[in-house]
Amino acid sequence: MTTTWTMTRRAALRTAVAATALPLVHIRTAGAAGKLTLGLWDHWVPAGNGAMKKIIEAWAEANKVEVGVDFITSVGNKNLLTIAAEAQSKTGHDVEAFPAWEVHNNLQNLEPVDDVVNGLIKQYGPLNPVCEYLTKINGHWMAVPSSSGTQYKPSCARISVFKAAGADVQAWFPAKAEHSPSADEWTWEKLLELAPAAQKAGMPFALGLGQTTDSVDFAGALFRAYGAQLVNEKGEITVKTDTVRQALEYAVKLTRFLPPDVYSYDDASNNRALISGKAGLIFNPPSAWAVAKRDNPSVAADCWTFPTPAGPKGRFVPHLPYNWGIWSFAKNKSAAKDLLTHLAQREQVEALSTAVSGYDIPPFPSMANFKVWEQVEPPLGTVYNYPIRPFHNATPSIAALPAPPDIAVQIYNRATMTTMIAKAAQGGLSIEQVLAWAQDELEGFMR
Amino acid sequence: MRASCASGRAVPDIAASYLEPTRARPRAGRLARVMRKRSTVGFLMCLPLILLIALLVVYPALYAIWLAMLNKRMTTFVGLGNFAFLLKRSTFHLVIFQSCLFAVSAVIAKASIGFVLAHLMHVIPPNRQRLLRGLLLIPWVVPLALSTLGWWWLFDPSYSAFNWILDGFGVPRVAWLGSTGWARASMIVVNIWYGSPFFMIMYLAALKSVPGELFEAASIDGASAWQKLIFVTLPMMRNIISITVLFSLIVTFADFTIVRILTAGGPQDTTHIFATYAFEVGIQSGDIPLGAAVSLFMLPILAVASVFILRGVARRNREMAAG
Repeated sequence: MTTTWTMTRRAALRTAVAATALPLVHIRTAGAAGKLTLGLWDHWVPAGNGAMKKIIEAWAEANKVEVGVDFITSVGNKNLLTIAAEAQSKTGHDVEAFPAWEVHNNLQNLEPVDDVVNGLIKQYGPLNPVCEYLTKINGHWMAVPSSSGTQYKPSCARISVFKAAGADVQAWFPAKAEHSPSADEWTWEKLLELAPAAQKAGMPFALGLGQTTDSVDFAGALFRAYGAQLVNEKGEITVKTDTVRQALEYAVKLTRFLPPDVYSYDDASNNRALISGKAGLIFNPPSAWAVAKRDNPSVAADCWTFPTPAGPKGRFVPHLPYNWGIWSFAKNKSAAKDLLTHLAQREQVEALSTAVSGYDIPPFPSMANFKVWEQVEPPLGTVYNYPIRPFHNATPSIAALPAPPDIAVQIYNRATMTTMIAKAAQGGLSIEQVLAWAQDELEGFMR
Repeated sequence: MRASCASGRAVPDIAASYLEPTRARPRAGRLARVMRKRSTVGFLMCLPLILLIALLVVYPALYAIWLAMLNKRMTTFVGLGNFAFLLKRSTFHLVIFQSCLFAVSAVIAKASIGFVLAHLMHVIPPNRQRLLRGLLLIPWVVPLALSTLGWWWLFDPSYSAFNWILDGFGVPRVAWLGSTGWARASMIVVNIWYGSPFFMIMYLAALKSVPGELFEAASIDGASAWQKLIFVTLPMMRNIISITVLFSLIVTFADFTIVRILTAGGPQDTTHIFATYAFEVGIQSGDIPLGAAVSLFMLPILAVASVFILRGVARRNREMAAG
């Protein structure tokens, strides 16, 4: 059966009027709200990029924004090079993932995001102090602290090695929401006490003293636990103090029980030492455990993650956050702010963290209770104490804090603390000579 | 003046147009005269490459010089302030020493090994040379980042193949990249391994171009092999030796990959060279002007070396032309 359509003059007129009015009506189609480009961190855990893409695509669809995402690797510092290139050319992505210090380094090219971060603080409470230190500059939030790629570097120990040396790490930090009194035993002095036994058993503590972040973060946590500051918050050099001497003397003692090649460690060396079953302790996110789970399951089943040791001034866990910043030359700042607000919501943060087996740490302490950290195994609860929980009595820390960030970034990236330890332990310099060298080096950072 | 081609169409008579007196077309003639010069044609043919080099080399170089004269926030012109600042830093003195040690020792070793290899290769019959030449060129052909990763694995703290061999002989393990002496030696060894084939192939080419009559004449005069090497081969190869040494010196001074992958400048900053230190200061620590100043320190060193070496080459060319 066929139907014949006819058009009357009246119908034609109606159609013409409707067609004329069409541009006056806002029709939401893909890309109607403009384009947005993001340069995000290429996650170590393969599932991380997929989870991020899925969340962004759903938001783009709902908000009719055409979103392009590039995942930029940090291997070979490619992300730093991209940031430097975009800052110089004043063109590129709208939103960029800035590793810890890069917000300060690119301050003049960033759009303040006070409205976004203050809104999130109202929802979720205060950010952790390291995130605030790195992103709140002159009273303005210059980037949104992100969970993607943000990590702690707590202790990751072999349960059996510690047991053989007389310490039960699972009793210190059980996988439940309570403070174990024995947790207070876990101090830097205790670590020094256990180190000879571990070394004797052929399972030394693989604590790097090289030039890269894992080494620097370890040294930073140690120095802070002894109250040792190279530069104080006012920007004054405070290297020739008793606390720095004390931290340095401790570190020199410890190096006698570390593998001889810790001075050449990079960020993968400690992971490899653990995964190959040759180390009793490392300070690292659960990525080393995750690879061991795949490549050496018996090692993974013997690993337990818990905070770093405490010192006279407290327990400081190395923290390395990523931040999302909007370039001042971005073309679609309003859409960028909307998307970053969406990505920072608890639902999205939990989905991202779950996809990467709990590797990602939320910047808001109020979110440190995702189910993923309870569920991951083997052994069950192995990363329960990976995020800092209130009963840990621990503080997130970044090496060189509380120095003003433009000086701290140089202390951090020039690996001043690990170089000091190496000069004293390996280079044959006395503590006073090392302090004099550090004083000279720090004076150079003040320009 | 026109000529006809086979199809009957009139075509310009090119030979005639060249012979035609230029005064008939005074304005176009000047241009034509310029265009007919071999140097003009050569320049025009090179122009795309010159533009490409200007875009990719000259502009970034000038930009780097400009950056090196700004303050840390890149807001104020500070002239040579960054260079003066660097010269006062003890760590930078260490970097200058290490860069010179790395480049000079590696180039001397590469040139010596390349020279010996080229002579050994030269005495092998040509039909057997091909395979050996190919094998010896492998280090130079493999991407440096990849081969350095291979070396890094050999030196690696946990899985070092070298230490595994030492274990087999009951010799204590060595922290290849963890102690200053071994780390510096390891860097230089990897650079020599990578760069020697380049010298070998250049010297082999130079050897093949030495006229056989010279050796025959030397033999008739009763020259020993050593005398032939000193009085025939070396003088004939001096130019190519100078140019390869200069080229290699520039490339080795500017090396980044080997040090970055093997040690990242450690332990205790004792393996940093200009490029790695510039990267650490400029990109990682957010002080791009100071990083640019570090990298530009290579310029005067290499410029002086280039002037001396190229002047020697020019002088020898003049002597040969005159003689």
